[in-house]
Amino acid sequence: MKVLVIGVGGALARLVALKLRGAGHSVIGLDRRPWWDAPKDIPVHEVDLRKRAAEDVFRRERPDCVVHMATVNALSASGEERARINMGGTRAVFEHSVAHGVQHIIFVGRHTYYGATADAPLYHTEHEPPSGIGHFPELADLVAADLYAANMLWREPSLTTTVLRLVYTLGPSKTGTLSSFLRGKRVPMVMGFDPLFQFLEEDDAARGIELAVEKRPRGIFNVCGPSPVPLGTIARETGRTVVPVPEPVLVRLLGHLGFPSLPRGALDHIKFPIVVDGAAYRAATGFVHGTDEVEALRRYRRISPV
Amino acid sequence: MARDEAVRDLVDRLELPFNSLGIDPYGISKRHLRVFFGALAFFYRHYFRVKAVGLEHVPKRGRAMLVGNHSGGYAIDGAMVITSMLLEMEPPRLAQGMAEKFINQLPIGSVWSSRCGQLTGLPEHAERLLMDDRLLMVFPEGARGTAKLYKERHSLVDFGTGFVRLALKTRSPIVPLGFVGGGEAVPTVANSSALGRLVGVPYVPITPYGLAAPLPARLCVHYGEPLVFEGTGDEEDSVIVGYVEQVKARIAQLIEAARADRSGS
Repeated sequence: MKVLVIGVGGALARLVALKLRGAGHSVIGLDRRPWWDAPKDIPVHEVDLRKRAAEDVFRRERPDCVVHMATVNALSASGEERARINMGGTRAVFEHSVAHGVQHIIFVGRHTYYGATADAPLYHTEHEPPSGIGHFPELADLVAADLYAANMLWREPSLTTTVLRLVYTLGPSKTGTLSSFLRGKRVPMVMGFDPLFQFLEEDDAARGIELAVEKRPRGIFNVCGPSPVPLGTIARETGRTVVPVPEPVLVRLLGHLGFPSLPRGALDHIKFPIVVDGAAYRAATGFVHGTDEVEALRRYRRISPV
Repeated sequence: MARDEAVRDLVDRLELPFNSLGIDPYGISKRHLRVFFGALAFFYRHYFRVKAVGLEHVPKRGRAMLVGNHSGGYAIDGAMVITSMLLEMEPPRLAQGMAEKFINQLPIGSVWSSRCGQLTGLPEHAERLLMDDRLLMVFPEGARGTAKLYKERHSLVDFGTGFVRLALKTRSPIVPLGFVGGGEAVPTVANSSALGRLVGVPYVPITPYGLAAPLPARLCVHYGEPLVFEGTGDEEDSVIVGYVEQVKARIAQLIEAARADRSGS
């Protein structure tokens, strides 16, 4: 099968591309960012998804399957830029796919879609609407992209659409939300709160996405692996020191003294858990994680010492 | 065996799927349970001298709902029921209550309630716990039950009906319980909503001595035989209300038995 991986400049997307190649698929990459050491048999088109050149890739290559991983999660990007990439890019992927005969499209979204709120159920199922946007409007573009992808299920019934809501990842690339949080020796936390965090080892996350290509499940699926772990335990088990800071103080420190500049709503994500139920995806694809939470943390401690 | 070692041993023998870090899939932590039950065991054994009768009616394994009356101005009843399940059951079980929503918003309260398995009171949590074969603790009187005054301490206020629908849907047995003595431990003469707003809780019970600190009154809990109802949980209200009344009547009997037991001991 010919598979186009969009956003292949990202660490997880590269891993997905390599796994698909290893499974015998013909893989093509697309990203504005380069992949310097890409294997020779994975051509990478360095184009902007929202430009004409991107559609040319669809027209020329005519992929059977598209894995869309070109969404931006980082809050360091401006809101306008994020919205352009997440909304405009997702729209372009679906429009080009429909126009150029793609049979299956996989939108790789985030489990943060559900939002972190005090009164939400601990295990979110795919039936739940997003919550928490009111407290954290900066997430709205990712939520909108997810919903846009999901409504292709009825708008384009001839196209098999798979929407994945993937938990945080942890692994050798040391990229992603959780890794960014564990970057320093000291991990600031909101005093009196210690939410459960759910993560997959990078290799497992890539295998989970690869399975979507193989099994072609139609619908919306949470993708998760081992049991969630409290953030404080994650920090300690990876060799970091937890620094509890009272919330009013932490709010004032954001953007100063080396603390990241984050919207206040982001603090809810280190106060309340976002944990998902992955039963539907396991049933649809047989996905089982290979690395449990304890081993994943041990490995991360070795590969990312402080 | 020293008391704290006993609690440690009991926590270790809980039949829950803890990982090697001592954390289960709901975030329940052995480390927190040891501290939590270490403190509660003192109150259970020495301060309130709790007497628990009918423990053989609680299933040793598998899903079940402990359903009882509120007794006392705050969660003394729930805390002692949970403690009885750990200290007196063989094998020990962790009863999981449904915490008030405001608790998860409070610093420290949020961590301790979730690490000890007391999740926010949501229908989704209750159903999931039962489907996972856990032991759920429910007080269908809700906050109106804890707000009972001293003179109303042996009465029952209206029950919600959701617990019966849940039991039917999940095919869970209901183990009724009658709890007495909480009204003597916290002899509430009034409830102050204004004070409650100040500290972020629905109300603060006012006692004749001002404080809501509990007196060392003897507490007694009687567990009754499981009640099993047939259905899907989608029955007409009139059917559900009939089942609720049966549970309520059984709890009222257990309260009377516990009162007689407490006054005779």
